[in-house]
Amino acid sequence: MATRPVAADTGLELVTAAPRPGAGAWAGLRRFCRRKPLGAAGGLLMVVMALTAIFAEALATHDPIATDAANTLARPDAEHWLGSDHLGRDIYSRIVHGTRVSLVVGVLSTLLGSVLGGIVGLLSGYLGGKTDLLSQRVLDILQGLPLLVLALVMAAALGPSVPNVIVAISIPIIPRAARVIRSSVLSIREMPYIEAARALGVGHARIAFRHILPNTMGPFIVLCTAQLGSAILVEAALSFLGLGIPEPYPSWGRMLSVSAAEYAQKAPHLVLFPGIAISLAVFASNLLGDALRDTLDPRLRGR
Amino acid sequence: MSIVIFVLLRLAPGNIVDILFATGGYVSEADKAAIMKELGIDRPIWVQYLDWLRSLATGDLGKSYRYDLPAWQVIRPLIPVTVELAVLSTIIAVLLGVPTGVVSAVRQDTALDYALRVFSLAGLSMPSFWLGMVIILGMVAWLGWIPPVTYVPAHENLTIHAVQFLLPALAVGYRSSALITRITRSAMLEVLREDYVRTAWAKGQRAAAVIWRHALKNAMLPVVTVIGIEFAFLIGGLVVTETVFNLPGVARFLVQAILWRDYPIVQNLVMFIAIVVVLSNLVVDLLYGWLDPRVRYGD
Repeated sequence: MATRPVAADTGLELVTAAPRPGAGAWAGLRRFCRRKPLGAAGGLLMVVMALTAIFAEALATHDPIATDAANTLARPDAEHWLGSDHLGRDIYSRIVHGTRVSLVVGVLSTLLGSVLGGIVGLLSGYLGGKTDLLSQRVLDILQGLPLLVLALVMAAALGPSVPNVIVAISIPIIPRAARVIRSSVLSIREMPYIEAARALGVGHARIAFRHILPNTMGPFIVLCTAQLGSAILVEAALSFLGLGIPEPYPSWGRMLSVSAAEYAQKAPHLVLFPGIAISLAVFASNLLGDALRDTLDPRLRGR
Repeated sequence: MSIVIFVLLRLAPGNIVDILFATGGYVSEADKAAIMKELGIDRPIWVQYLDWLRSLATGDLGKSYRYDLPAWQVIRPLIPVTVELAVLSTIIAVLLGVPTGVVSAVRQDTALDYALRVFSLAGLSMPSFWLGMVIILGMVAWLGWIPPVTYVPAHENLTIHAVQFLLPALAVGYRSSALITRITRSAMLEVLREDYVRTAWAKGQRAAAVIWRHALKNAMLPVVTVIGIEFAFLIGGLVVTETVFNLPGVARFLVQAILWRDYPIVQNLVMFIAIVVVLSNLVVDLLYGWLDPRVRYGD
């Protein structure tokens, strides 16, 4: 396995330099862009999407939920840039507003799942013994079901609403996050500086949260970006099946759902554009996630 | 693993009961009480659970609320459809994923490598059900032909049947192939740096032999793991794809059963999926020993 000086020329600065003032963080960012152009492109796309979500009102040309009976299934033209749907709602404006829904649901569910999973992983890795055994078995069960199936059952159990969808998507992420954090805690726990802290009489809580937790941030960030893509996909699938984001919120998955499929032949733009939006968002987070993994995961460095 | 299955049994019914109570408001209170009594879901959860466990032990899977038929009778005809789709998708995924991954590794950091990686990442990023819809749209637009929307069994018309399955299998397989490509690529990169591969090159063996025989064989271990995981998790991906292509499989039926709160069916289907996951993990474990004689069991 190729090894390189850890701190010298990797994008690690991106994370470790964040608290340091000014120049270091920018240099790290520039280095990341140079070394990982695809990842930087993904990051840029994510920033654009985030801005779209924030300024959706300013960017949309129409009210995303206003219907227009005279103008249904319109082809893309100057009035409706990406056409209109079977109720005459403007597709472009709905996609712009859908960015907000998809990103909020994606980011919040990823964070919720990763943080909960991270805490479980930290405790089970640090405490070991029975806690570890028990939590690992429970996680095994959660992982025994495909992500979408588990989210589907959870979403149906909770009922369709935005907070419920976020919870439903976050639950399948918990075991994945717990695994990643646990394994990195297991290796950090054996490091000499932890032994030193213990010898100094530092308490368990302080060791776990102050000495170990900050060092799991690399894998944690990689995990979050990797899960973000699948969270957005799961949200799209749930909404498509009518178990996700309820009307009238414009959600990309919902826009693709059965009603769009019915009109697909008359108006292919109903199917094409929301799907492109989903794919772009997931593609961007995958690109960024891959690049971050290569940079932050020391085992993959030099590949 | 047996613990896992056992606790899964315990977990699944609890969730399903919650579903039923959360959305039970579609009948009048009196009717609701009567139905609940008839179905036995007015009893405490643990009684139902023990009851379910007892009947399961005797091979009774319960009755579908919607069809008033034994659950097994309802589920059985669905299984071959999903299995056929899953196997086809896996074959497409392997045929597409392994060669792409190998080529990508051999031509590391060339334009071809970048193109293949973007291609596979794109597969990972597109919802497979959307890809399916786009394929159908494409066929309508360019060929002016749309595959029939109702399911045609193989013995009635093999050609239509094949098309009906190949299209969704392509959509789902492309997505799975992306993961296989990535794992194959990174495993190959590692193996290609090994000493014995350099020896093979030094002997003057043909590139094809070195890459496909020497290197790939030893890179297959992680690839097989991913194929195993993917096969089990295909069912998750099939949930929406079967709905889009209107194929009467397990995954589509799961969605319908969830929407109808037909929870004996949901329970059994979730169990079925979990068993498939566990079984394919087992098969992968057994394959390890066969692929890599260094892996031994029974110590």
